[in-house]
Amino acid sequence: MKSEQQYIELFEQCRQMLSSHSCEVMDSLRDEAFTTFQRLGLPNRKVERYKYTDAQEAFAPNYGLNLNRLDIPVNPYDVFKCDVPNMSTLLYFIVNDAFHSKELPKYQPEEGVIITSLKDAATRYPELVMKYYGQIAKKAETPLSTTPEGQYVDGEFIPMHKNNEPDAITALNTMLTQDGLFIYLPKNTVQDKTIQVINILTSKVDLMVNRRVLMVLEEGAQAKVLFCDHAMDDVNFLTTQVVEVFAAKGSSLELYELEETHVKNKRFSNLYVQQHEESKVTLNSLTLHNGYTRNMTYVGLVGEQAEVNLYGGVIADKKQHVDNHTLVDHQVPKCISNELYKYVLDEEAVGAFAGRILVRQEAQQTESQETNANLCATKTAHMYTQPMLEIYADDVKCNHGATVGQLNEAALFYMRQRGISLEEAKLLLKFAFVGEVIDKVDLEPLRDRLHYLVEKRFRGELNKCTGCKLCK
Amino acid sequence: MEKTDQEKNKLVREVADRKYEYGFTTDVHTDIIDKGLNEEVIRLISARKEEPEWLLEFRLKAYRYWLTLDMPTWPHLQIPEIDYQAISYYADPTAKKKDGPKEIDPELMKTFDKLGIPLEERLALSGTAVDAVMDSVSVKTTFKETLREKGIIFCSISEAVKEHPDLVKQYLGSVVPYRDNYFAALNSAVFSDGSFVYIPKGVRCPMELSTYFRINAANTGQFERTLIVADDGAYVSYLEGCTAPMRDENQLHAAIVEIVVNEQAEVKYSTVQNWYPGDSEGKGGVYNFVTKRGHLRGADSKLSWTQVETGSAITWKYPSCVLSGDNSQAEFYSVAVTNNYQQADTGTKMIHIGKNTKSTIISKGISAGKSQNSYRGLVKVDARADGARNYSSCDSLLLSSTCGAHTFPYIDVKNDTAIVEHEATTSKISEEQLFYCNQRGIPAEEAVGLIVNGYAKDVLNKLPMEFAVEAQKLLSVSLEGSVG
Repeated sequence: MKSEQQYIELFEQCRQMLSSHSCEVMDSLRDEAFTTFQRLGLPNRKVERYKYTDAQEAFAPNYGLNLNRLDIPVNPYDVFKCDVPNMSTLLYFIVNDAFHSKELPKYQPEEGVIITSLKDAATRYPELVMKYYGQIAKKAETPLSTTPEGQYVDGEFIPMHKNNEPDAITALNTMLTQDGLFIYLPKNTVQDKTIQVINILTSKVDLMVNRRVLMVLEEGAQAKVLFCDHAMDDVNFLTTQVVEVFAAKGSSLELYELEETHVKNKRFSNLYVQQHEESKVTLNSLTLHNGYTRNMTYVGLVGEQAEVNLYGGVIADKKQHVDNHTLVDHQVPKCISNELYKYVLDEEAVGAFAGRILVRQEAQQTESQETNANLCATKTAHMYTQPMLEIYADDVKCNHGATVGQLNEAALFYMRQRGISLEEAKLLLKFAFVGEVIDKVDLEPLRDRLHYLVEKRFRGELNKCTGCKLCK
Repeated sequence: MEKTDQEKNKLVREVADRKYEYGFTTDVHTDIIDKGLNEEVIRLISARKEEPEWLLEFRLKAYRYWLTLDMPTWPHLQIPEIDYQAISYYADPTAKKKDGPKEIDPELMKTFDKLGIPLEERLALSGTAVDAVMDSVSVKTTFKETLREKGIIFCSISEAVKEHPDLVKQYLGSVVPYRDNYFAALNSAVFSDGSFVYIPKGVRCPMELSTYFRINAANTGQFERTLIVADDGAYVSYLEGCTAPMRDENQLHAAIVEIVVNEQAEVKYSTVQNWYPGDSEGKGGVYNFVTKRGHLRGADSKLSWTQVETGSAITWKYPSCVLSGDNSQAEFYSVAVTNNYQQADTGTKMIHIGKNTKSTIISKGISAGKSQNSYRGLVKVDARADGARNYSSCDSLLLSSTCGAHTFPYIDVKNDTAIVEHEATTSKISEEQLFYCNQRGIPAEEAVGLIVNGYAKDVLNKLPMEFAVEAQKLLSVSLEGSVG
């Protein structure tokens, strides 16, 4: 039996239950998503954009779902103490896929800013949520297959970037999700305090979680958001997550994602960003500890002079698997994109990076840079990298580079000569290697904390944050 | 500025109106078998070529396997559906009319003369031996005797099957098995002629070997098969050139080139591909679907691919290297030019298996008109390939706002001692460089020519002398002035 079958059956049997614990807005897209999912099925490695991650296999085991929204008793502060020191944040918790409204931050967000459960928001402000929910993910053109589609009109080939080729995981998430997070910033609001969201996975049995996040920044709004993923219990988790970000004219967003889960966690996260004129978005994802991770990022630049920065750092060992798949879609002129991903792979870890930059014919004066650098520390660690450029405009400056290599012999020698042990010297170099990504973090306390966490990670102390029950 | 734009537009028109200078046809009696593809046709080809039983079996196995395959859809190409039953798989321009003269038809000699490939040894450029292939048959191989004195075998593959069956049997399909891909299976079933080269141990081939491919007959496909074996310590430089007449329908060319490089041997393979690219409306042109691969079997062996791709309506070609021998070295240098409605998806595969193996990839893409030009390359480092080293650099130059340049590199590394680097840039001709040239009195057209030639220099420098001249000429004809 193909693995999608159990999800199709689940949906057919539990359609009613899904709706009764959700809301109208989220319900409205379910059937369409179901049809899409049935058509697509779960991708295996033969699907080009899932070449390195087999979703068929990952979704095959049987997981429980909390469709009846049973309350899971948890006191997040009890288990979570690895707050970033020296940084006072607006701290929110999402337990599995439910917004934890019992613990709200001490501080209030700026006036007009809404940070709440997606389900509640959709009930309270249906029109607002309806306007954005599922729209970017649905419309996001994901021309991730490399065959150009198009037609000949009077002998002229008009390329069409595979429209409406939705992602199966996004469809699955849309049909099964019941709650998540909603962040809304009205026009010209500057949210000074960082919004920190802790995703906690907790369960007594193997659990599948379908989380949904919607972020809307109106014209000129500014925000910084930090997501931290943690897994509490020693069971198998399968998470699908769809994050949609709508950045209106002149808005600015810094979005940090930090994954510190465990080897039994499978994560499929699809992030869709739509950027309008002069908006600036920085995405920084750091995988410190995980099991099987697939992050897909789609950025649609639809307004002129928008700028996007994508940064990613991966540290993996054991049999961990991290696949980052990005697509930056330059649709209009004068946009800028920068991409930097760095991997350090040890033991039997598998890393994959596929970065695709699409510059459409209209997108003249595009500036785009893509860099992927990787360190393989053992013979059994595998790295697959695919930095792709697809360019249909001529007045552009695009370049990309990828390297796979080891630590610099000369640098190691230099340090040993000065009495630093080989182990320590290697550590320092690895640390500096990933450091480049961390240095892109604008929030100073977070940057310091990340440096600290990465160092600990390399020292083999994994993701153990002091005093944190989660990580024991 | 406006004036320069006008000038440029004029140049664009000139280039668009330019005629493909090899587009003539030869009026020669050609024996063409009926269109269609089935086991009977394969038996017929095999019978015409008087092949042994084992080769017929090889063809049939390949054909049966081909039937189970689907046309690949992964390339970044728009390939109209190909009707494999509408093509004739064998055309012999050397077939004699009854009671005809026994000599090679003078029309054929004239054709090759016109193409600049004289088949009379006394007229030939010194130092190059030529195997001239038209449609499905090798017309003549020059300097065969001179080479034989050194023990070098240089002849058409059909001849080799008859005269050196053991060698052919040993190596045919050993580098590109018929199960390799769709077009490899097709070629293995219906291949007609091509060259066979065997360089014995320790022999340095004294002259350049060259094969010139020409499609002449209409509604036929050409399925060349070339096999080059360089035994221990041997050296050979091999050149390949090709042209076709201008026809409104598309013609299919599906070739296989296999190269075996043994211990300490070195092979240089250079191609100037100039099949008919179709007219400025995108009508006609050759579909060029080629599987080329070299196997560096021995330690310290060396293989270098150099290609200048200017022709064909659609190009699907990845000259590859399997580096099995320790310390073996492979190189891939490519200039791919697409104009009008041409499409190219080309690149290489470097598969590192032996220890301390090294590979270099330099690819320069130039797109103009409404063409699509893609680089696709794989660098794979096996777990056994300690100390493997690769450097890849792919640059694309865009000469119009309606063309596309794409890069799809795949890097798979399974060894911690490997160093793999890839870099790519895409840009249009720099305004500054153009301005600088203009300012010094160099007109726009010449300036573009200068810049493009400079851009492609890294690759052109790798070509043998005669070819380099030809390639440079081709480049300038293809591109000068096509900047919009």
